[in-house]
Amino acid sequence: MDARRVSLTRYNERTKQYLEVLRDIDLQVFEGELVTIVGPSGCGKTTFLNAVDGLVKLTAGRILVDGSQINGPGPDRAFVFQNDCLFPWRTVLRNVTYGLELQGRLPAHEMKQRGQNIIELVGLQGFAEHYPHELSGGMRQRVNIARALVMEPKLLLLDEPFAALDAQTREFMQVELLKILARAKTTALFITHQINEAVILSNRVAVFSARPARIKEIIKVDLPSTRALSLKHEAGFVEIEKHIWRLIEEEAVRPDMLAEA
Amino acid sequence: MNAIPSPSGTSLEVQLPPVISWWKRNENWLLGTIAMLVFLSFWETSVAFKWVNPLFTSAPTRILRAGIEMFADGSIYGHIAISSYEFAVGYGLALVIGVPLGILMGWYSRLNAVLEPFVSALYATPRIALLPLILIWLGIGVSSKIAIVFLGAVFPILVNTITGVRTVEADFIKVARSFGARDRQLFLTVALPSSVPLLLAGLRLGLGHALVGIVVGEMYGANEGLGYLIATAGARFQTDKVMVGIILITSAGVAMTELLRWIERRYERWRPNFRG
Ligand SMILES: Nc1ncnc2c1ncn2[C@@H]1O[C@H](COP(=O)(O)OP(=O)(O)OP(=O)(O)O)[C@@H](O)[C@H]1O
Ligand SMILES: [Mg+2]
Repeated sequence: MDARRVSLTRYNERTKQYLEVLRDIDLQVFEGELVTIVGPSGCGKTTFLNAVDGLVKLTAGRILVDGSQINGPGPDRAFVFQNDCLFPWRTVLRNVTYGLELQGRLPAHEMKQRGQNIIELVGLQGFAEHYPHELSGGMRQRVNIARALVMEPKLLLLDEPFAALDAQTREFMQVELLKILARAKTTALFITHQINEAVILSNRVAVFSARPARIKEIIKVDLPSTRALSLKHEAGFVEIEKHIWRLIEEEAVRPDMLAEA
Repeated sequence: MNAIPSPSGTSLEVQLPPVISWWKRNENWLLGTIAMLVFLSFWETSVAFKWVNPLFTSAPTRILRAGIEMFADGSIYGHIAISSYEFAVGYGLALVIGVPLGILMGWYSRLNAVLEPFVSALYATPRIALLPLILIWLGIGVSSKIAIVFLGAVFPILVNTITGVRTVEADFIKVARSFGARDRQLFLTVALPSSVPLLLAGLRLGLGHALVGIVVGEMYGANEGLGYLIATAGARFQTDKVMVGIILITSAGVAMTELLRWIERRYERWRPNFRG
């Protein structure tokens, strides 16, 4: 994925106001890499990810995936939404196979088989025929991830996929995600609010500034490529974590200072 | 109901004494039936002890006798047939026109902009008020009753369907788009399923209006049908016959409402707090 000087201004139809959300964002994600985006709330992270998925139009700049410019959503990318957004009238299995159904390339039994495999992969075996309201928040989030994984995308876009999980499930899911991505050789762009999550997961961390979002800094995470949770207590890890904290803190104070001026 | 799911997924039945558990299982309909029986016997006794005049109130046994008589001499079949026919055709038309048109109006905002003023105006008009006009146009035969049933039922169905299709959650549309849904797929996989509950509610609402349309239509301008039967029997103070007519219409209404509820329940298995 290659984003070049991406700018985006949103128009709010209700208040009739323009809002500059993204300004000149340059970000590359190389094959097999996992890059996380962190930044203050409301700065434009989700908007950027939506733009990469092709759900919103850019005001300027362009986004390339695999060398060709994107123009709307495509099968090479899949999105894991911030709120799980599962269809309540579909069972877990039929939520997971939704994208395949739309494509209509696979015969029904193969679609089902692939769905079952992914459901097992995210640890939900036995729940294929349940409806979303019968699942816990963590389980729903796993369905949300499975629904994207089943498409076997080149680029997986994850918008705070673990935000709704409790601390233990979250750590477990972090490790699982890394395993899954490695197995499927999937490249990923990942948004999170948790800095240690960003560091443990990624090859690089992109820190966004407050709105309009620019890239404040891109930090390379020089840690062993097979990550274990125990890493979180090592000096190198803590060092990077502190550094990112400082960057975000600087951004977080800005609006207050503006308000007083 | 009395089961506690155990961690392994199987259920642990909680043992209740047999009588209590039998009562618990059947409580709802038993309470209703008992209340109804108490009411009917009170009605019967108050007539038997001459606390009230049966000319005004009739009595359960008298109604039953009148009903049996009307079925035995065959005089009621024609009325039932004609009312059922008017209802079936009027409501059927409302269904096959209201649902597709509602879907189109919900989906294409231009079409909605054109037709919305007419729909709103007619929805706000009590359709019964149009009855004199319809009788002038169509006469006192079945077609005027079909028209009034149709008009009664079609607007609730139409308006609910439009609302259902229009109020699809934006998040769901985003998901569908992200997975590459085309317009037609967006409609079939998101707009349609999420509007079914409102659509079914519209069908139930329309049912009530249709029944009112039949009864009033036949009372006002007809020479056959259950509404006509009620009106003429009423004019001759044949309270028992009036009651038979009312009970027949009520039962038909309850049966059809239950049928729709059953369909709703089948469709809404996915809803939280669903009670099967
Ligand atoms: N549909 C929309 N129409 C207009 N403005 C919007 C819309 N969605 C978001 N915005 C605005 O764009 C800005 C960026 O929103 P975005 O959702 O990208 O933030 P975010 O960085 O993902 O925040 P968070 O971390 O809280 O999820 C917000 O300030 C918001 O006001
Ligand atoms: Mg967001």
